[in-house]
Amino acid sequence: MTADVLRATGEHIVIVVIAVGIAIVIGIPLGIWCARRARAGRVMLRIVDAIQTIPSLALFGFLIPVPLIGGIGMRTAIVALVLYSLLPVVRNTLTGIRGVDPIVIDAGVAMGLTDRQLLREVELPLAMPTIVAGIRIATVVGIGVATIAAAIGGGGLGTLIFRGVAMVDTRLILAGALPAAALALLADVVLSFVEKRLIEG
Amino acid sequence: MPSSVEFRSVSVEPILHDINLRIASGEAVAFIGRSGAGKTTTLRLVNGLVRPSAGEVVIDGASLAGVDLIQLRRRTGYIIQGSGLFPHRTVYQNVATVPRLLGWPDAETRAAAEELLGKLDLPLARFGDRYPRSLSGGEQQRVGIARAMIAKPALLLCDEPFGALDPIVRRDLQDAFRALRSGVTILFVTHDLAEAMRVAKRIVLFEGGRIVSDCPAAQFTAQPLPLVQRLVAAASLPA
Repeated sequence: MTADVLRATGEHIVIVVIAVGIAIVIGIPLGIWCARRARAGRVMLRIVDAIQTIPSLALFGFLIPVPLIGGIGMRTAIVALVLYSLLPVVRNTLTGIRGVDPIVIDAGVAMGLTDRQLLREVELPLAMPTIVAGIRIATVVGIGVATIAAAIGGGGLGTLIFRGVAMVDTRLILAGALPAAALALLADVVLSFVEKRLIEG
Repeated sequence: MPSSVEFRSVSVEPILHDINLRIASGEAVAFIGRSGAGKTTTLRLVNGLVRPSAGEVVIDGASLAGVDLIQLRRRTGYIIQGSGLFPHRTVYQNVATVPRLLGWPDAETRAAAEELLGKLDLPLARFGDRYPRSLSGGEQQRVGIARAMIAKPALLLCDEPFGALDPIVRRDLQDAFRALRSGVTILFVTHDLAEAMRVAKRIVLFEGGRIVSDCPAAQFTAQPLPLVQRLVAAASLPA
């Protein structure tokens, strides 16, 4: 039993870390791109927003018949989680960059920073607390949605919960539910701390 | 060598209309006028933050249209209201920005920062590692001045730099600024006539996107223009 819980917890962490990692790698550049192009950015944000609106179990359902990325198993779960995690990362990158004091941007441009230098030296560092807040939301939501991934054979702590429900075994349900809740709380605390440190500089 | 600046029939529709202005190397010129008169837009044309819709801006004989703006901006100081300091960088890092972009050796940057911040009453040893938010408004603006002037720019653009400060601090900064201003061409935007007369030797008056007066500071108040007389009445000038 303990071994089962540990294995499921490990799987759960792996799924979320991979998914959020991919969401960061895609989402931050996408957010930067949206911040640079106002109209295209709005369209992109609406698309990402729409994905987030799809109920998670339905999203898993949609992905199963999709060739290459779909099917039953962990891969589909990760793809769904990436799509879910994208919105907070993209949106917070966008709002973080837009939120930088225009006077500071003005001064940077006037000192002869190139577009890339402005991004790397001024906009991204000042947007970082907001971006980390987006990553925190993505992670916490991801940990929650990942429990549902068990429904399509994605593994993780949801497996224990679903099995417990099927067997009417409260202990088994809690063996999945408690670590999942603890993971979400832990991620929230740790990333909130990082966020606060970044704000204080 | 301080830069010369020339505006040849420059328009920025719908804000500025047919500006013609010639500023010689080493001149200190104030742009004065009411909000929306076009003075800030005229200033921002000089470092390419605003592009003309007609006409051309010429610096040291070269049209801005064919100039590498990034390089030009690194040689052009820019001081703005609210200072625009990088909040995530220390005083020293802020001041060292342009030297770093220009590839100065660290020792040279440090020596220049030490000298300039010293003149501005912000000793590097005490203020260098502090962050802008721990400074008063006046101190922040002094850092802004140091940041704009450290790389010995040929041209200094000032946009209401002391606008948000209380009168005493404002006066101190004007004095500090006057002490530093040799060897550079200065364009200084302000809506305060007394300030214009303190920092510049020539005053250009803007109204409705046009230049309505351009004369030596000493003769400015004697002009019979109604707008000039209203500016004089609004300013508390020394008798």
